[in-house]
Amino acid sequence: MPGSKVKFTFPRVLTARPFHYCPGCHHGIVHRLLAEVLEALDLRERAYGVASIGCACFLYYYYDIDICEAPHGRACAAATGAKRARPELAVFTYQGDGDFAAIGLNESLQAAARGERITAIMINNTVYGMTGGQLSPTTLPGQKTTTTPQGRDPRVYGYPLKVAEILAQFPGVAYCARVAVNTPKRVLEARQALYQAFLAQLEDRGFGYVEVLSACPVNWKLDPVSAARKIDELAETFPLGVFRTWKDEKS
Amino acid sequence: MKPILVKGSEAIALGALAADCRCYFGYPITPQNEIPELMARELPKRGGVFLQAESELAAVNMLLGAASTGVRAMTSSSSPGISLMAETFSYLAALELPAVIVNVSRGGPGLGGIEASQGDYFQATRGAGHGDYHFLVLSPASIQEAYELTARAFELAERYRQPAMILTDALLGQMKEPLRPRKLRIRRYPVEDWALTGAKGRPGRTLRSLFLGPGELRARNLLLQKKYRAMRREARAEVLYAEGAELAVTAFGSLSRIVREAVEMAREKGYSVAFVRPITLFPFPERPYQELSARGVPFLVVELNCGQMVEDVKLAVCGRAEVESWALPPSDLPAPEDIYRRIRRCLARR
Ligand SMILES: Cc1ncc(C[n+]2csc(CCOP(=O)(O)OP(=O)(O)O)c2C)c(N)n1
Repeated sequence: MPGSKVKFTFPRVLTARPFHYCPGCHHGIVHRLLAEVLEALDLRERAYGVASIGCACFLYYYYDIDICEAPHGRACAAATGAKRARPELAVFTYQGDGDFAAIGLNESLQAAARGERITAIMINNTVYGMTGGQLSPTTLPGQKTTTTPQGRDPRVYGYPLKVAEILAQFPGVAYCARVAVNTPKRVLEARQALYQAFLAQLEDRGFGYVEVLSACPVNWKLDPVSAARKIDELAETFPLGVFRTWKDEKS
Repeated sequence: MKPILVKGSEAIALGALAADCRCYFGYPITPQNEIPELMARELPKRGGVFLQAESELAAVNMLLGAASTGVRAMTSSSSPGISLMAETFSYLAALELPAVIVNVSRGGPGLGGIEASQGDYFQATRGAGHGDYHFLVLSPASIQEAYELTARAFELAERYRQPAMILTDALLGQMKEPLRPRKLRIRRYPVEDWALTGAKGRPGRTLRSLFLGPGELRARNLLLQKKYRAMRREARAEVLYAEGAELAVTAFGSLSRIVREAVEMAREKGYSVAFVRPITLFPFPERPYQELSARGVPFLVVELNCGQMVEDVKLAVCGRAEVESWALPPSDLPAPEDIYRRIRRCLARR
């Protein structure tokens, strides 16, 4: 249309395949943002993604880039191997909270501590989505899951693991942020965070980490709108923000 | 080329370097630490990558990542560490990644001990991880062979897009012997048609093992099995004195050297005894067993474990001749004379 400006185009790195995610799940939004960032940084031809176990394991259906599968929790180790073997690749992992922070916590923390030049994205929906909504390290106190039917009792199951706060302590971590995508403003902030987390890698600064508070309406037993609102409640336990960036450091 | 005096573990590392291995990932465990230590010294000098991982789990997954980019990569460990890697072995096989894994095994089960043992034969040949898959498994008997088979493992791994394992033990890993580090002709196979190197000028590519569509996984498994059948042409064994033999003694790896000495002792005394040593443990070299048993020659299977390879020998022999197992649990290292006496007992019974 004359006089109008194109604001959005379909990202080239996304395939035309419609997302399979449940209604109200935030994976779709994050996928789109990640695609936009890969495109903005012109990374299609050197991107290397690690698809993990969990709801997003079908990452490879949606991106027209190279993607490898890693066993449950081992994405950061596999990404390390790929990046070390071919440093010219832009390597990222896309993991759930169970993947990154439970079974894979050691691989995740150690890769971050080493300052691997990779970008890790953790989708924190406070449950194991794919296997049917069981307890995760990030489940809120009192939150009902299929394996904590009475709600998470911290005396039995401890307290939520705050991954971004932990990683923010690591000198090897160049960028660390927690974001959400339940409001338009936050969507834009999330995209900015993803962009920075890739820059940390591309500029050889260190490990980039973005944690996304993400809705899981089906396992939370909420409708999509209520689930999106619940993100605000999550943000009380998991505050949003940039916890560390190399830009604050004196060089 | 002048021979050098090295340990078996060092010969393995040198073999990997001779095959132009570019990446090594590992986690320390006795008795194989000379491998990572040599790699830590040598790989960076050659522009390669050495990284000590936080665990065997991490090491083998780093291997997975590196191998997926088409780069020659390796890890090594010893029995308990190999057990930890088992999950990813299954993934490596499923993703069809060429990678080399070295097991300088030690006594088990559990923490066991660090003496020579062949207790990981089942783990190596039956697949330590889940699902229907196999590794190519090579077992050297000398330090020269440790060097050459390790280099060759890279070629075979690439040829079949398939993990290859070197199975040896503390005895060979820790002893020293002269090695001629000859230049080896190690072939390369193209990786451009599958490796993940960035989707430059082509569509994005996926390496995956999750197949949920109807019949997909079946097709996938049948394809892998076809490859494992094709690998049979790599079956190799050393066969000595087969002609006119009245008994064949068989053993693999380091123990086979003691067994061979015993066989030669027996032959000097005038007994007709053959010697069969599998070099590939998977695929198992069935032919010499079939040929000898077809002539009614019985087998004595000697192993440093509680009886594992004997099952493969029995399968190959298929009831055509007797198969006797002499299984020696860890710490029971026989002298050639012990084996010789056992050979004589076997012959006397016939
Ligand atoms: C070794 C292993 N253990 C367990 C599983 C089963 N499993 C698949 S997905 C999953 C949980 C994933 O949860 P999360 O990482 O939070 O991702 P989400 O599904 O919530 O996106 C589990 C336990 C597995 N695939 N492999």
